[in-house]
Amino acid sequence: MEFEDVKLETAGYSMYYGDFQALRDVDIQIPRNRITAVIGPSGCGKSTFLRTFNRMNDLISGVSVEGDVYIDDQDVFKMDPVELRHCVGMVFQRPNPFPKSIFDNVAYGPRSHGMRDRAELAEIVERSLRDAALWDEVKDDLNKSGLELSGGQQQRLCIARALAVEPDVILMDEPASALDPVATLKIEELIRELKKTYTIVIVTHNMQQAARVSDYTAFFMMDEDNRAGYLVEYGPTGRIFTNPQHEMTERYITGRFG
Amino acid sequence: MSEHTARSEDITRESVSFLHMLKLATLAGSSEEKTDLARRRLIQTFAFVLLWLSGIAAVAILLAVVGYVVAQGAKVVNLEFLTTPPAGGLAASDVGGMSTTVVSTVYLVFWTIVIAGPLGVLAAIYLVEYAEEVEGRTGLIPLLVSVVRFAVEILAGVPSIIFGLFGYALFVSAKGLGWSFSLRSAAVTGACLVLPVIIRASEEAIRAVPRSYREGSLALGATKWQTTWKVVLPAAAPGVITGIVLSVGRVISETAVFFVTFGGTVRAPDTVFDLSSPGRSMALHVYYLAMETRAFDKAMGTGAVLIVTIILINLSINVISRRLTARLGGR
Repeated sequence: MEFEDVKLETAGYSMYYGDFQALRDVDIQIPRNRITAVIGPSGCGKSTFLRTFNRMNDLISGVSVEGDVYIDDQDVFKMDPVELRHCVGMVFQRPNPFPKSIFDNVAYGPRSHGMRDRAELAEIVERSLRDAALWDEVKDDLNKSGLELSGGQQQRLCIARALAVEPDVILMDEPASALDPVATLKIEELIRELKKTYTIVIVTHNMQQAARVSDYTAFFMMDEDNRAGYLVEYGPTGRIFTNPQHEMTERYITGRFG
Repeated sequence: MSEHTARSEDITRESVSFLHMLKLATLAGSSEEKTDLARRRLIQTFAFVLLWLSGIAAVAILLAVVGYVVAQGAKVVNLEFLTTPPAGGLAASDVGGMSTTVVSTVYLVFWTIVIAGPLGVLAAIYLVEYAEEVEGRTGLIPLLVSVVRFAVEILAGVPSIIFGLFGYALFVSAKGLGWSFSLRSAAVTGACLVLPVIIRASEEAIRAVPRSYREGSLALGATKWQTTWKVVLPAAAPGVITGIVLSVGRVISETAVFFVTFGGTVRAPDTVFDLSSPGRSMALHVYYLAMETRAFDKAMGTGAVLIVTIILINLSINVISRRLTARLGGR
């Protein structure tokens, strides 16, 4: 797949946990302001792949990489990880609001980047909460602890928190897997809304979810011998789901394995 | 691991005895099953009684000590006792109250915690957040880290008089420092004494902060220090504060260390900044009254005040950490 407007790109990217190869030779281009879904069976390296783009894998000792990863043609491994994470936000599988008030949760990022002006912070918090479709539910008790919200609200709070630092890219690691169906639909609606402004990469286990929300889908598998993850097929979501090129992709999306 | 083994053993044992019972039931009818049940019931009752008695005995011993001291002390404790200084001099120190020893204790606690608190908490942060990155590697820093960890373990178990000896040799009598018996000698030595307590409590609290908080903060582009300071430490606060308050109790009740570093004069330092003056803490006062002047009633009175203080401190730990946890957790 070649794109006109590429936001994220990897070339010959391999990644190792110590001696174990987690990803092998991934070449992919992720377009700007689109939603790209990453699907594949458990253990195929989807999350590891996602965490490449904000270098969260750096936090694990013994990790080494080969190949190149770019954001806007800049080599992410040459960037300062703190600066990189300013442009690449992340939403985790389990909602992880800080044990702080709703306001402080959202204001945390901007404050970390040096914002002190109260009025401006309040503005950012409101805008982020609105963009995350949470404002109407919480506007009257912004001083309430973030942990008091329901699971779905907590996840939207985490999305608001990520939006508050005004990233270009949002990585989502199975953002709805810990939520009930109603909350899941809300999150999906939100994700579709967000692609106007952001480039979104979403890892999901849920085939229907990938089909519902994404523009492009990347299917990962793991090698049968050494369990290294690799990219099998990548293309427009419609084509991947209706006319997959690889037999493995077809078997996976029709639920015959994985 | 051992828990798993124990559980599976339990299950095996249970199924074996179940089979055994089935066999008994088919072979010998239900009468033998009943005797077996009666025997187990009897053992159960016996164990239950034993547990109850142990519990009651433990509580009784505790109440006896606290009750006796408080009851004896109540005879002499009144407002005047609390507000007059001891008369001073070995022969006459059974005259007067205990006011200056309260003041000395407060000053001592203040400085000990001012020194050991920040140092202990920062050391704990280092051990959990920074040192663990180098663990498993070789080189000078990992070696240093394991030495620090080992030292903290050992220090926590060293008898307090050893700390006293160290403080006496280094701060009180050494030619270089020559601080003699003084608030600063006592405070620095006391800080050494409680440092391991604060480090271990803080370490445990910091380690218990979920990894997801750290990841969430770092993913927002916060630096490691911002993450530690703004997210990890506040989340660990109840545990850290518990460690510090426990140290306050430790300083208040410590005798041996301050016997050889604080001096023992009945006059308190003039102000909290009067670092070069000696003094006498409450616990030390109990010792002097009992052993030097044989004023047992006043020793009991001081002891009662001491015990009540410790009880209040422990209650305050519960209240503080529950409030903080409630505020952080929102429930």
